[in-house]
Amino acid sequence: MTSLDTQRRKDAQPPKPVRSPGDRTFAGLSTGAGILILLVLAGVAAFLVSESLDAISAPAEDIAGGEGVWAYVGPLVFGTLVAAVIALVVATPLGVAIALFITYYAPKRVAATLGYLIDLLAAIPSVVYGFWGLAALAPAMVPFYAWAEDNLSFIPFFAGPASATGRTMLTAGLVLAIMILPIISAISREVFSQAPALHREAALALGATRWEMIKMAVLPYGKSGVIGGSMLGLGRALGETLAVAIVLSVSGGVTFNLISSSNPSTIAANIALQFPESSGLGVSTLIFTGLVLFVITLAVNMLARYVVNRRADFSGAN
Amino acid sequence: MAKRIDVSDLDIFYGNFKAVEGVNVSIEPRSVTALIGPSGCGKSTFLRSLNRMHEVIPGARVEGKVVIDGQDLYGSDVDPVDVRRQIGMVFQRPNPFPTMSIYDNVVAGVRLNARKMKKSDLDDLVESSLKGANLWNEVKDRLDRPGSGLSGGQQQRLCIARAIAVQPEVLLMDEPCSALDPISTLAIEDLMTELKDRFTIVIVTHNMQQAARVSEQTGFFNLNGVGQPGRLIEFNPTEKIFSNPDQKATEDYISGRFG
Repeated sequence: MTSLDTQRRKDAQPPKPVRSPGDRTFAGLSTGAGILILLVLAGVAAFLVSESLDAISAPAEDIAGGEGVWAYVGPLVFGTLVAAVIALVVATPLGVAIALFITYYAPKRVAATLGYLIDLLAAIPSVVYGFWGLAALAPAMVPFYAWAEDNLSFIPFFAGPASATGRTMLTAGLVLAIMILPIISAISREVFSQAPALHREAALALGATRWEMIKMAVLPYGKSGVIGGSMLGLGRALGETLAVAIVLSVSGGVTFNLISSSNPSTIAANIALQFPESSGLGVSTLIFTGLVLFVITLAVNMLARYVVNRRADFSGAN
Repeated sequence: MAKRIDVSDLDIFYGNFKAVEGVNVSIEPRSVTALIGPSGCGKSTFLRSLNRMHEVIPGARVEGKVVIDGQDLYGSDVDPVDVRRQIGMVFQRPNPFPTMSIYDNVVAGVRLNARKMKKSDLDDLVESSLKGANLWNEVKDRLDRPGSGLSGGQQQRLCIARAIAVQPEVLLMDEPCSALDPISTLAIEDLMTELKDRFTIVIVTHNMQQAARVSEQTGFFNLNGVGQPGRLIEFNPTEKIFSNPDQKATEDYISGRFG
């Protein structure tokens, strides 16, 4: 392209729109904030990749366990997913139910108090949850585990032998569920309370009971918010370190048996427990597991986005 | 199907505030009854008390009687949900369910009644309801598309189709055309004229020409001042209201001399 062409092109451009300095400043600041997030994320990803290269390229027998990084990370991924899924399966319905109670059933004063108490759950540090799980929940669950082994052992989840301490995968999952409950219920509450009165009244005027009104006008409207809240909760459950490290009794590998004392660890808890005693290749291996966790979280979030957007036509946003 | 509504000594409250006072009126079946009056005079509130939608607002309550076909709507043993299944409502702003298709919007009320219907019966109902609302030809090829993708006038007719699909005895319309353009308004007015053969229709409107065009009876609501309850000042045949009203206040309002 000749310089003449370039010149012509410049001339053809429309004049710049007039924008006030305040507008420009704010646009710059918010763009900067957006870019900063990308930079941080890229930085973390680059760090994880570069630091874990050693472990990936190392011969299999040098990695802890002697079978290579993939064999090392496999059970950890499994443990992470099982704990997080238990937490999500328990916390999502409970969180949605709490949110519905607060927004559409409870008297005003009860609703305000309950909402405040639920939010308080989020402020408890995870180490406290860990000790509570270890000292209170685990012993309390022991009789249930024994009962489940006797009566429900045909379900693989309850195959047994039941743990005598109660420090099982199920206990860890339940502790995680309580930890993510405030996130899910707070976000659900927010979206449910914003369900348009227009559509709620449309449902009621058709002769819907309160529950039917919720099904027709509130839940569909809040669906993407609930999924978003669950994904935030899942993110916390996947990455939760201390509570799992304290509660879970770790020994052994991949099993769906949720009530025994041999459980796979989770990625985050494993890093926390192993890191102080690791050096060289061991550190690199742990960082590699961190990279895997990073990828899992990313994949889960993208999946959630996809699920939310699939029926965008029907979201009510148009 | 169409039923007479008898209202006696009806007072309507929001908490401690009395919004409407002492309404006595008898609404004829198979006719259109229009309610007119200045903003804030309680005509929409009165309309919403006819299918117990008023009490959806926290603190709202009603004293007095609304009797349809010998049954007091506010009787202690009456479930408001049953009342609303008999008395359909169309709102000021079109409000099809945005997460549902056109088809599902039409049958939403029918599905609530928990009657198991065959697919073919549902299809017939959708067609007859949409035809009843003069919308069938415009949407028959896209019944599975979201209802919120239609134009405002089409959405309002979809809401009417949804309301008549459950075969209510009474159809209440709260300023159904105020958000619509003149052509859509005309379409809905024509529709009301057709529907009154089957339903008792009560419409709130700010448009006096509309009241004159579509209704047989007209009620005029007014209030003495801010903070005062609204009252039904006059209820008469539409022709009389617009030519020779009994009350001075009615005449002032319809001729534009109020206040």
